[in-house]
Amino acid sequence: MALPNSEFKNTKNYIDHETVSRRIKSRLRLNEIFKYIFLAGLIFALLVLSTLIYDVISKGGGWVNLDFLRNFPSRRAEQAGLYPALIGTLWLMMLIVPMVFIVGVGAAIYLEEYAPKNRLTSFIEVNISNLAGVPSIVFGLLGLTFFVRTAGLGSSVMTGALTLGLMSLPIVIVASQEALRSVKMELRHASLAMGASKWQTTFNVVLPSAIPGIITGIILAVSRAIGETAPLIMIGAATFISTTPNNVFSDFTALPIQIYNWTSRPQAEFQNLAAAGIIVLMTLLITMNSAAIYIRNKYTNRH
Amino acid sequence: MSWMKKSALLASITSVAIVGAACGNNEEGNGGAEGDALSGKVVMDGSSTVFPIMEAVAEEYSAEQPDVEVTVGVSGTGGGFKRFVTGETDFSNASREIKEEEAAEAEANGVEYTEIAVALDGLAIVVNPENDWADDITMDELNKMWTDMNVKTWKDVRSDWPDEEISFFSPGKDSGTFDYFNEAVLDDTDVRQDAQLSEDDNVLVTGVAGTKNAIGFFGYAYYIENEGTLKSLKVDGIEPTAENVTSFEYPLSRPIYTYVNNASMQEKPQVVNFARFMNENAGALAEEVGYVAMEQASYDENAKLIDELAGE
Repeated sequence: MALPNSEFKNTKNYIDHETVSRRIKSRLRLNEIFKYIFLAGLIFALLVLSTLIYDVISKGGGWVNLDFLRNFPSRRAEQAGLYPALIGTLWLMMLIVPMVFIVGVGAAIYLEEYAPKNRLTSFIEVNISNLAGVPSIVFGLLGLTFFVRTAGLGSSVMTGALTLGLMSLPIVIVASQEALRSVKMELRHASLAMGASKWQTTFNVVLPSAIPGIITGIILAVSRAIGETAPLIMIGAATFISTTPNNVFSDFTALPIQIYNWTSRPQAEFQNLAAAGIIVLMTLLITMNSAAIYIRNKYTNRH
Repeated sequence: MSWMKKSALLASITSVAIVGAACGNNEEGNGGAEGDALSGKVVMDGSSTVFPIMEAVAEEYSAEQPDVEVTVGVSGTGGGFKRFVTGETDFSNASREIKEEEAAEAEANGVEYTEIAVALDGLAIVVNPENDWADDITMDELNKMWTDMNVKTWKDVRSDWPDEEISFFSPGKDSGTFDYFNEAVLDDTDVRQDAQLSEDDNVLVTGVAGTKNAIGFFGYAYYIENEGTLKSLKVDGIEPTAENVTSFEYPLSRPIYTYVNNASMQEKPQVVNFARFMNENAGALAEEVGYVAMEQASYDENAKLIDELAGE
């Protein structure tokens, strides 16, 4: 009887609950404080976002209707629409997505799967990451001198897509690399051990597992790209256009240009039209993001 | 590595195809004779001040000639001229006259052009409606207060005005509006450094409307749309009304222009057709979007000019 009792006493001596609780009290308090700081951060972000959305919807909600989507811009706010801008943005998206997918994912696969791990490769990688931080207007200047003038593409949809595509590429490459890197080495080894070539392994094993991450990267990059005004203005994209593009070499205008133009007008009704334009652009982005989430979930379940 | 070779080959084939197709696309559509349905392109870029008028003209024009593709850009007066002097655009809208450097560049590129005034704009000098002391201001006072950093308060401008610090709001230095103000009021002296500059005139409207001791300037249209929250000053005793702007009695009246490429006028019937349509309708449409029409005589002169350029 004496032994367990003394042991119990000893334990009690080892963990002095009073001292412990006194000592961790300040840490627990700090923990609480930080929890509320982070919560405040989240609430602040959500508040700003909901204020913006409320402002946009309360101003522009009543202006979004079928005519708004079908009409050309007009000096009379009631008749104005954003049809050419909407079509222009859809054209841009259709061109940018395959472009950045093929080139961006290709570059990422080369860097991750094939390139030797040496100084040159890491130099290239650092530069790609840096490119992601270059202001969009610089890409506009590049587009103007190279695509518009040197390549003679004019201020066409193709020029717009190439310029915005180049702008999105760094993000796509970095995100795709990240996705490829997170594919387990065991999967590659298993495939190679079964006698598959490197290309077969990459295409049939690595790429399908990495697709969710890659798609996320592409969607983020393209969403940013189609919200850009500055590079498009730089390459001389139109603000008013009396026709819609019928091929990739047609002139065009895009939603952000139209919205920007409307916000700069003196008349209050045009401010409302701008808000309505923002709603359309937002809906487009949400649709695109939902499609991405759908694709991502489908693939994630498989692997 | 063979994958690399293949993709490099593919890339070069694609780029050749793109360039080839682009060349094929560069030929301009040929319009028919006057009065017929025309086709082809009319490319316009330049000032955002002139844009609302040209948007209205293009809107009406496309009802008349639906097959002509009219594009109007807003690169700004300077940005528009950059494209115009290389021959990329048919028209360049401008809220000031072409600068010497720009003209020299046009000459170097062999681009000949003609200036066409399309409407008038008054530059409104505005203050907060709570400002009950100032009703008018002279050009000299404007020059002094916008350039002299020693002017801090309203009292420094005119001795019977209150001793309260002035806030200055001005359009950005890249805008044609600023260029005009620079020439007409500042005499090319640097604008005071504590002035708040913004490329967006609506920001200036909000700024002046929300600051009791503010002064600012921008296009008359922005004042008219915000008459309730702003007060405009007479300049040298003249009110900025439409009549005073048309007669140029108001000292800050300025014509707004479009510059047309002479070669386009000779080679492209749709450009001639558009120019005539623009000249006939610019006055009325300008009034509709908040600017002031010129006197009819000026439009008649333009019409003669256009006929000459078209070779008729």
